[in-house]
Amino acid sequence: MSYVLNLMSLISMSNITFNKAELERYSRHIIIPEFNIEGQRKLKAAKVLVIGAGGLGSPLLLYLAAAGIGHIGIVDADVVDESNLQRQVLYGVKDVGRLKVEAAKERLSALNPHIQIEIYPYRIDSDNALALFEQYDVIADGTDNFPTRYLVNDAAFLTGKTNVYASIFRFEGQVSVFNYKDPATGELGPNYRDLFPEPPPAELVPNCAEGGVIGVLPGIIGSLQANEVIKVITGVGAPLAGRLFLFDAASFETRTLKVRATKNNPLRTGELDRLIDYVQFCDVALPKAANEPAIKSTVVKEIDVHELKTLIDQKADFQLIDVREDFEYEIVNIGGELIPLSTVAAANDRIARAKKVVIHCRSGKRSADAIRQLENQFGFDNLYNLKGGVLAYANEIDDSLATY
Amino acid sequence: MAKIIIPTPLRKFTEGKASFERSGETVKAVIYDLVNLYPALGTQILDANNEVRSFIRLYVGDEDVNALEGTATAVGESSVISIVPAIAGGSK
Repeated sequence: MSYVLNLMSLISMSNITFNKAELERYSRHIIIPEFNIEGQRKLKAAKVLVIGAGGLGSPLLLYLAAAGIGHIGIVDADVVDESNLQRQVLYGVKDVGRLKVEAAKERLSALNPHIQIEIYPYRIDSDNALALFEQYDVIADGTDNFPTRYLVNDAAFLTGKTNVYASIFRFEGQVSVFNYKDPATGELGPNYRDLFPEPPPAELVPNCAEGGVIGVLPGIIGSLQANEVIKVITGVGAPLAGRLFLFDAASFETRTLKVRATKNNPLRTGELDRLIDYVQFCDVALPKAANEPAIKSTVVKEIDVHELKTLIDQKADFQLIDVREDFEYEIVNIGGELIPLSTVAAANDRIARAKKVVIHCRSGKRSADAIRQLENQFGFDNLYNLKGGVLAYANEIDDSLATY
Repeated sequence: MAKIIIPTPLRKFTEGKASFERSGETVKAVIYDLVNLYPALGTQILDANNEVRSFIRLYVGDEDVNALEGTATAVGESSVISIVPAIAGGSK
């Protein structure tokens, strides 16, 4: 049976031919003995779906296109932002404001006219993922949030596709090959749920002040991801299945750890046989110790940026507090008193009680947390959250302010 | 002294320190020793029953402690304990 299948795939592979320009372009692949023209044929016949055309997607797509992957699909709903250019080397200044998938397609087609590129300018979700994955051979996950990580993992398992995974944070990168079927043994390798059965609670997911990434890191990690995609397709080398590669760019430490298939993985037991609501799945709170009072997730009072502008213009007697970090304050500020979220409780005596106090952060989440803390622990009742934070102020009131 | 490597997202609980040399005969003893020093780190990696949380993996060398003897796994002088968290960045 497998002999017949192999023979059939060989016959169909021999239909894949290259013109002179392609042979010259791919000659450095073709002259590697274990790669040769067969490896190049497999790349040309392959269909790879890249999810996320950002930091990881940039080097990944450039190398996959350059290597001659015959069919590349790109999923991304975002437009290119100025702050992307620090690491997303697929794009240039002229692309700012354009849909990433459109700018990417243009650049990749210019790099290699011998390949086909399909673009999907929307977010992948539980309704569209399976149909999309069915059209491809290999999935490469370069997304930026936990709900999509679990969605991609589950959809890859349910459609039987290998998921080449990479993830980055600040100076740290992870790479693995999930759901890889060993062609020799037919054995199915572990997936993301074997490594992390559950997502971290929201409190541990870095907020915008704790995020950030060194620009070269996605270049390194995304290139490793591209290499694994090529290995999975060609069968050359040993793919990073059942292993997790860790790279710390700051200390230059690398580790390769074993990942094992677990018996109680709900995908493997069959308990999870369809896609679920991943936003809900990832909305978990950190269990508190018994003696720690839970901070109620109450609604806080708000004002919008136009109301704040009026207060400023009228020189109204109010206090403006900025709960971001000092390094964010340096990028942009609107003159608020800087009291970072982590120090708000200790600095509560610096916050006025007898007049209106407007508290802001970048987009409004940390300032709401600050207000809840101050209301619950110190009984403040004069605090207002600036809706949309300094970002909304820059976008709606003063476009000379930098956004980040 | 076993070496414990703290991943980036948890370094805010260890005053920014990336690794520690701590003594202890088992993974549990080493981790407890460290958690004594940084109690907030404990809440992050251990649940109420002092079991490792499911979004964190503990490794000794290249092996997941769950494939060994869990947190009772013995550690030696040259052991490296890795705390591996889920991270999700990549696109934005």
